[in-house]
Amino acid sequence: MQLNELKGIDYIELVHQRKVTVEQVMIDIFNQIDRLDEKLKAYLRINRKGALEEAKKIDQKIKNNSKIPPLAGLPIAIKDIICTKGIETNCASKILQGFVPPYDATVIRKIKKAGAIIIGKTNMDEFGMGSSNENSAFQVTLNPWDMTRVPGGSSGGSAVSVAADEALMALGTDTGGSIRLPASFCGIVGMKPTYGRVSRYGVIAYASSLDQVGTLTKSVKDAALMMNVICGHDDMDSTSADIPVPDFLDSCREGIKDLKFAIPREYFKQGLNSEVKDSVMKAINTVSELGGKVEEVSLPNIEYALPAYYLIGMAEASSNLAKYDGVQYGLRTGESNNLEDMYRKTRSTGFGPEVIRRIMLGTYALSSGYYDAYYLKAQKVRTLIKKDFDDVFKKFDIILSPTSPVPAFKVGEKMDDPLTMYLTDVYTMPVNMAGLPGLSINCGFTATGTLPIGLQMIGRAFEEEKILRVAYNFESHSGKTCSRKPSI
Amino acid sequence: MQDDIVIGLEIHVQLSTKTKIFCNCSTDYIDQEPNTNTCPVCLGLPGGLPVLNKKAVELAIRTAIALNCRINSTSIFHRKNYFYPDLPKAFQISQYDLPLAEEGFMELIVGKSKKNSKIRITRAHMEEDAGKLVHIEEKGQIVDSLVDYNRSCVPLLEIVTEPDIRSSEEAIVFLQNLRSIVQYLGVCDGNLERGSMRCDANISIRDSESHQLGTKTEVKNMNSFRAIKRALDYEICRQRKLIEDGEKVSQETRRWDEANNQTVTMRSKEEAHDYRYFPEPDLLPLKIKDSWVNEIKDSLPELPVDRKERFTRDFGLSDYDASRLVEIKSLGDYFEEAARDYKDYKKLTNWILSELLRYLGEESTEISSSPISAESLAELLHLIDRKVISGKIAKTIFEKMFKTGQNATDLVQKSGLTQISDKEEIDIIIEKVIEDNIQSVQDYRSGKEKAVNFLVGQVMRHTKGRAQPDLVLNLLKEKMNKLQN
Repeated sequence: MQLNELKGIDYIELVHQRKVTVEQVMIDIFNQIDRLDEKLKAYLRINRKGALEEAKKIDQKIKNNSKIPPLAGLPIAIKDIICTKGIETNCASKILQGFVPPYDATVIRKIKKAGAIIIGKTNMDEFGMGSSNENSAFQVTLNPWDMTRVPGGSSGGSAVSVAADEALMALGTDTGGSIRLPASFCGIVGMKPTYGRVSRYGVIAYASSLDQVGTLTKSVKDAALMMNVICGHDDMDSTSADIPVPDFLDSCREGIKDLKFAIPREYFKQGLNSEVKDSVMKAINTVSELGGKVEEVSLPNIEYALPAYYLIGMAEASSNLAKYDGVQYGLRTGESNNLEDMYRKTRSTGFGPEVIRRIMLGTYALSSGYYDAYYLKAQKVRTLIKKDFDDVFKKFDIILSPTSPVPAFKVGEKMDDPLTMYLTDVYTMPVNMAGLPGLSINCGFTATGTLPIGLQMIGRAFEEEKILRVAYNFESHSGKTCSRKPSI
Repeated sequence: MQDDIVIGLEIHVQLSTKTKIFCNCSTDYIDQEPNTNTCPVCLGLPGGLPVLNKKAVELAIRTAIALNCRINSTSIFHRKNYFYPDLPKAFQISQYDLPLAEEGFMELIVGKSKKNSKIRITRAHMEEDAGKLVHIEEKGQIVDSLVDYNRSCVPLLEIVTEPDIRSSEEAIVFLQNLRSIVQYLGVCDGNLERGSMRCDANISIRDSESHQLGTKTEVKNMNSFRAIKRALDYEICRQRKLIEDGEKVSQETRRWDEANNQTVTMRSKEEAHDYRYFPEPDLLPLKIKDSWVNEIKDSLPELPVDRKERFTRDFGLSDYDASRLVEIKSLGDYFEEAARDYKDYKKLTNWILSELLRYLGEESTEISSSPISAESLAELLHLIDRKVISGKIAKTIFEKMFKTGQNATDLVQKSGLTQISDKEEIDIIIEKVIEDNIQSVQDYRSGKEKAVNFLVGQVMRHTKGRAQPDLVLNLLKEKMNKLQN
């Protein structure tokens, strides 16, 4: 096996046992990137020099028998929406081209402190706006399982880097499914923690009340490992929860007989691809066989979640993206006659069409005379969505559902009609609306295209432990059916 | 036909915390190198997030309590969205429909007629300040604009009054009172010129018979008490004239043009911003416990109105004198410090209010930078009481003290201006003066009491003002009464 094919946990073990050096693993990773990324285009930029230097430093520490940091030089890919000091961060947008953050996001500070090494910044839908990764201003990332198809978005680059062994792990962000969806399309584990679990300081905002940083990994244990590092209260983020972080690796143990599982009937209505449905039903059977009690439930207001989600997301985004105006950093377009001219030229050329669409819709939803009917109403609907979940969680521990109504679709297939694209988020975004934790794990493949199919697990707020436990047990028992690798 | 002037004020008070309202940067921005007290948060860099400064909330509550407001136990921050280069995030974090405090009031005494009035405070809310724009001019044209974000994110308290103010005079009294209050609370230094306190006004003219409200205009850019008074007077005049001529007052924002003594249109209602307010998702609702409010209430420092009462009571000062002394906190402090040493409070007050304020005014010096300390002034006054110098000479010494910073005793010694109180010495001079001015002496002895003043003046001239005046007067009279024809 090439060292870049290792899982995170195994890598750390081998490094501690001095069976591999960090540099060796790093070299294999860069070889893989050199071999594949020209086609896959998962990375926007690579930190080759910095990463190899860091690798050598850690190898030296190991040689000297000094203390090895917990992640031991683990090579990680970072979605280009998270600020990395000294490394350009542009959210796959022209308007932030050339922006080099003078500071690290809290999440980056934490993983660096734990000894992880950043290999590079991954491609994404511009500012997180998209479900296929096709909205990047620079390049389209391709799905390693079928390179005529999308990897899902908006953390598509991060998902591909992990699925194609161009990184051992990756960080992404999830606002309406942007970690879980690409994880599902690429056959890997994607974890979105409870809103407030991970600091958003340094994470470039799309929709402030929905964004959350999460993990993309090859296994559940790797997700737990990463969760241990990134979770925790941050004084720099007023919305971060002051709740103790358990050792998530403890969740990776046998037994789910104590848990009750809910299957929301609304998630299985029309629009759900039949192969996805079959795969997910089989997975639910596996859970049942493992001893979990499974029952059907209803989330009666769920049909209103998608429009409410887009209203809230777009409204907050219109405000969050107003700072990109050409004044301080990033793009400032050519010659202008006056201030308004500069604003208009910069923003019209700097933003892609989907971003512009969402800013305009969001501005409209907040504008005088429409605020009550749209934004305010959507926030009220949000409380209904949350209540539906809370009601289910009175009796049940975990909700199971498909992650996406369809498997990975073809590049360009949904680009003509934004609404069709928006519907891809239909199962994932209610989880962000309610601020709950959610995970996607591979549960099968389509017969026709051998495309991965994802099973989504949703838990109570701050009960990521239960989700990880279920995922761990499912992973162990679903065996070879689910742990294939794309042949590239 | 009489009309009613209707004025409402909107005042921004900079809260004097050490660090900014949403980040850890220093609030010290005056005369600093541009963009040195900044961080990702107050620069509005991508990924920055606000964290509320508790001290700012405390100072805001303190002010709201002093203005008799109700403190809301829950209040919310809102985003006020608009584009301008001094606003790095393109939105200002402010408060909208659930502000920190509401429904307060301030009682005023206006003018010589001592009219009592009560101005209601609609609300007080917290928000962040913007950066500062600097325009580079070349040959009268603006060629470049620079922005300094040191001031970005400094905490502000916005105080809005109901339109209860009925004259420009009343507006000034309100603002002077507010300035005193925030100085006393230690919340702000209330400096209009430097911008730590800013005032905008809304003015309209109401028909006093029908009570129908007129169209209001907003006036901005008034940077001193003088400017405020003149701008309000101008605007009242302008509106009255329009109404008289049967024309309409447009609802608009006007700027006070100091150079040309007029208000000019800034923007009209049509150009008014839609701020698209929505609750700030990066901040939690602000919950304020009653116990904290009570704690702050109990620890409020003495307010100007209470200090004035204390001055009249403990120092026996007149209402007027006490008001003047307490208006500016540092002046009241100066008085109290001097009063520790010197106990003729009336005399002390006179010297402070006339001599000291006059020199300070002439040199545009603040009391805190006065070259004559409270202790020094007390020393000078003691010298007068001990008759070492006359009151008149003391004024000369005072001027020298102010200009050179030396103390009274040293200056008196050097100047040779000590008072002559030696009867024998004065006698000799009196004899001479009587000899030289027989006519005046005769005038006095024949009933013209006032003639003695001329003779006193002569003695003072001979002694270069040093003779003790009351002693001279008595000795003169004595001598002249004793004279044999």
